[in-house]
Order: sequence, then structure tokens, then C-alpha cells
Amino acid sequence: MDYQPSPLQRDRLAYRRRQTMLSVVVAAASTLGLGVLLLVAVTHAPGWPRVRFSFLDPTSARDAFPDVLRGLWLNVRLLVFCALGSLAVGLGIATLRTLRPAIFFPLRVLANSYTYVFRGAPLIIVLYLFTFGVPGLRLTGTPPVLVLGGAALVVTYGAYLAEVFRAGIESVHPSQRAAARSLGLTYRQAMRHVVLPQAVRRVAPPMLNDLVALQKDVGLISLAGPIDAIRAAQIKEAELANYTPFVVAGVLFVLLAIPLVAVTDWVTLRAARRQGAA
Amino acid sequence: MSDPLLSCVDVRKQFHGMVVLHELSLEVAEHEVVVLIGASGSGKSTLLRCINLLETVDDGTIHLDGEHITDPRVNPDRVRQRIGIVFQAFNLFPHMTVLENVTLAPRRVHRVPAREATQRAQALLARVGLGDRGGDYPDRLSGGQQQRVAIVRALVNSPRLLLLDEVTSALDPELVGEVLAMIRDLKAEGMTMLIATHEMGFARQVADRVCFLDQGRILEAGPPEQVFGAPREPRTRQFLQRITEAGRL
Ligand SMILES: Nc1ncnc2c1ncn2[C@@H]1O[C@H](COP(=O)(O)OP(=O)(O)OP(=O)(O)O)[C@@H](O)[C@H]1O
Ligand SMILES: [Mg+2]
Repeated sequence: MDYQPSPLQRDRLAYRRRQTMLSVVVAAASTLGLGVLLLVAVTHAPGWPRVRFSFLDPTSARDAFPDVLRGLWLNVRLLVFCALGSLAVGLGIATLRTLRPAIFFPLRVLANSYTYVFRGAPLIIVLYLFTFGVPGLRLTGTPPVLVLGGAALVVTYGAYLAEVFRAGIESVHPSQRAAARSLGLTYRQAMRHVVLPQAVRRVAPPMLNDLVALQKDVGLISLAGPIDAIRAAQIKEAELANYTPFVVAGVLFVLLAIPLVAVTDWVTLRAARRQGAA
Repeated sequence: MSDPLLSCVDVRKQFHGMVVLHELSLEVAEHEVVVLIGASGSGKSTLLRCINLLETVDDGTIHLDGEHITDPRVNPDRVRQRIGIVFQAFNLFPHMTVLENVTLAPRRVHRVPAREATQRAQALLARVGLGDRGGDYPDRLSGGQQQRVAIVRALVNSPRLLLLDEVTSALDPELVGEVLAMIRDLKAEGMTMLIATHEMGFARQVADRVCFLDQGRILEAGPPEQVFGAPREPRTRQFLQRITEAGRL
């Protein structure tokens, strides 16, 4: 027989629907109102015409766009290399920090000091040390500034990611390691096939979050000279005596970040759901 | 009589100065099923972990098949390939399917080709009624099914000795039976087993010999009829009394 909700239940459902509608309408109206208010406040500010001209000038935007886009391509390539590099460094350091046998003591100390130093050191200073300090030694075969800057990013973000991965490794139940070892797997095999896959899955949200931050900080390379999007914008800014190129670069960075942010949100949501289900 | 398959002699284990195994000696012959009983904290799990070299003994020796496995020059990974162990919980790897769990060691440790490993795993799973669950992840199985998969995984290497550490204590009562039935089948096939359990009824059925552990010592050992029927030691009597009162005998 077909189930029919009782009149009581129908009333309840109708009431909940009305309440939902009401809150959606109220929320939408207040958001819109606030938006209009802000817009009016900004556009009626005494300095607005000047600001609009120096930051939102369509002609300057069109002029700067090709150069900034070309610069952004450098950021994208740098991001890919730095992301892969810092993931590898982070995973390696995290694994070193969990090694128990006494012979690894020196390595462990080294790995610990590394994460302490580079999580604490401001990125800009690390970047300057790598890109200005290292070439200053005048060693033969010093890599180009771009590579040195990339290395500074990898070293810094490797330290952040090492902490993320370490938390992941420690969250895997010790019995899992014992179960893997009891099957005859070596330490390395147990790490590679049992512990790390579970650890990485668990820390995927914070890991992706660090990559989003990295994607922004890749722009700091401009401080060392290579012509990336921000540097290109700066050159154009000097040439046109107008700040609009920076806004162009900013918008492009945001557009670049959207896919990664979306993936991060999706993974976080999925992780939350799975935890809720378990 | 032939040499025992497993022989522990004067094994000592301590944690932070607290002695958990007191010069404990125990032999298990081939095809023999020995059951360890004793109060919580008496050292059952520790003994099993020492035999599997998951813990290093602080004194004494353990021989497997005549080989001195507590010799520091022995490679523990090679020893563990000949001993299967199943714990109370957290045995299966949650990120792998049942089939991947079972074939991990054959593929990675014994270098068995994937097809062959899968076939063998399938056959073993089918024998315990889990032939159609190979593609499932562990969290899709009931606790009893998970433990049966864990036992299959321990068996797939054809170990000489199987160690079972309270494999049913984390299970709902109605799931205990299926796991115990599987262990009975293994006994019928001649598997050598050392089992720690709180299931006294099961211990009585399946054991060739029962050892009562008390504070890291084997206080009393013998055939189940003797240990359960006419225990010699007052402490054994006391322990069994408590278990009976708790309704578990
Ligand atoms: N890694 C460890 N570090 C410190 N103490 C430990 C460790 N493992 C076990 N112990 C101690 O050793 C003693 C024996 O523990 P064990 O797990 O062997 O007992 P058990 O007989 O298996 O008990 P149960 O029936 O509860 O499983 C306990 O007092 C326990 O606290
Ligand atoms: Mg135990």
C-alpha cells in the first residue's frame, strides 16, 4: 500500500518550507541592500574619480594585459615545479622524523631543525638569502635566479608540508603498522603501501590549503627580478603611471586560484562527509 | 618425538622496568593448538608479539623450526613471513579492497605474479564464504567478516604458525561464531596455532593444551579437561571462578 503522510506531517512539512522560503528571502534582501550601500559609499567618495582612473582604467588594462599574461605563464610553471618539489620534500622530511631506530638519530635531528627553522623564517628573507646571497658567493655553476627563488619556495613550503604529513602519519593507528610488518613487509614497504596512503588521504584538505598559499607566494619571485605577472605589472605601472596593471595581475591570480580552491573545498567536504559516516 | 615447531625458553620482557614476561618457557609442536588464557594484563598479547618479533625480548630465546629467531643477526622480515598473526582489531588496511589486502604480502614480499596471487586469494576467500566480497572495502564488511578476511590474509603466505590474539573480543556476540568456526576448520586441516582468548568454551573445544598465564608466568598448563575440570593452582581456580560468574564459560 502507498504511504501517505498524515495531515499532521503535511502541516509540518508545509510549515518548514514556509520558514525556509522566508529566511532565504530575508538573507537575499539584506545582502543586496548591503551591497548597494557599499557601492554607493565607494562611488560617492570624494576621491572616487581619481581612484577609478588610476586603478580601473580600461585603456591601461588593455595595454598591460598581454605582458601580464605572459608573466603569469612563468608563475604557472614555477607553481607546478614548486608544488611537486615541496610535496616531495615534505613527504621525505615527515618520514625521516618518524624513524625510530637509533642510527637515524642524526637524520632526525637534522629534519627537526629544518622544519623548525623554515617554518619560522619569513619567506621574503629566505628568498633574498637564496637569490642574492647564493650568487654573491660567485661559485661556478650557480643556477639562475629563477631556480634559486624556486628553491627558496620549495624549502619553505616543504617545511610546512612536512608538518602536515607528519600529523597524517601519526594519525594512522599503530596497529596498522604492526599488521603490515607482521605480513613480512619491510619498514619501507609498510610506509609506502600502508601508512603513507592513509596519511596523505587524511591530510588532503590542509595539504591543498598550503598549495593554495604557495600559489600566491609564487608571485614573490618578482622581488628577485624574474619577470612574472607581478613584475610585468610593475613595469607597466611605471610606464603608464597607472596602477591598473596591478589590478589586472590580481584578477588573473584569483582566476588561477579558483580551480585549486574549488578542488580543496570539494576534498574537504568529502573528507567531512566520510568522517560523519564513519 | 620430533622437535617442537616453536620453543620459547626463559623469555623475559619488561616495559619501563615493569616485568611483563617472567622467564617464560613454552613449546608448541607441529599441528598442535595451544590456547593462552589469563586475566587482562597477564602478558598474552606481549608473548605473541615477542614471537612475531614485533617486540624485542629482553632475555631468553625463541626458536622457530629449529632456527634461533631472537638472534639479532636474523632478519625479522624473513621470520615474519613464516608466522601469521591476527589482532583484536584494526587488522585490515582501510584504503585497500579485500582482495588487495589479501594479496599485498604475496605480491610485495613473495613476488608472486598479480594474477596468481589474486587466484589464490580468491580461492581462500571463497572457502570461507567471502568469494563475492573481494572488491569491497573493509568498512563495507561486518566485524566478523573483517576478522575472517584478516585470518585469510595471514594464511595466504602459508605460514608455519598462526598467532591469534583475541580475534573475537571486539565482535558482537552473534558474529563470534563464524570466526570460531573458521578457526576450528583450520585446526582440522592441521594448522599449528597459538591462540590468546577469553572465550573459554571455545578454548575447551579447540585446544590440545591450555596454558594459564598469571603475571607473566605460565602457572598451569595441560589438556583442557584438566585445566578447566580440575585446576591444580588456586589462582587458576579463582580466575575460572570469576569467568564463570561473568557467564562466559
Ligand atoms: N608497549 C607497551 N608499553 C608499556 N607497557 C606495555 C606495553 N605493552 C603492554 N604493556 C603492559 O604489559 C602488560 C601485559 O600486557 P598484555 O597486552 O600482554 O596483556 P594481555 O594478557 O594481552 O591482556 P588482555 O587480555 O587485556 O589483552 C600490561 O600491564 C600492559 O600495560
Ligand atoms: Mg591482549
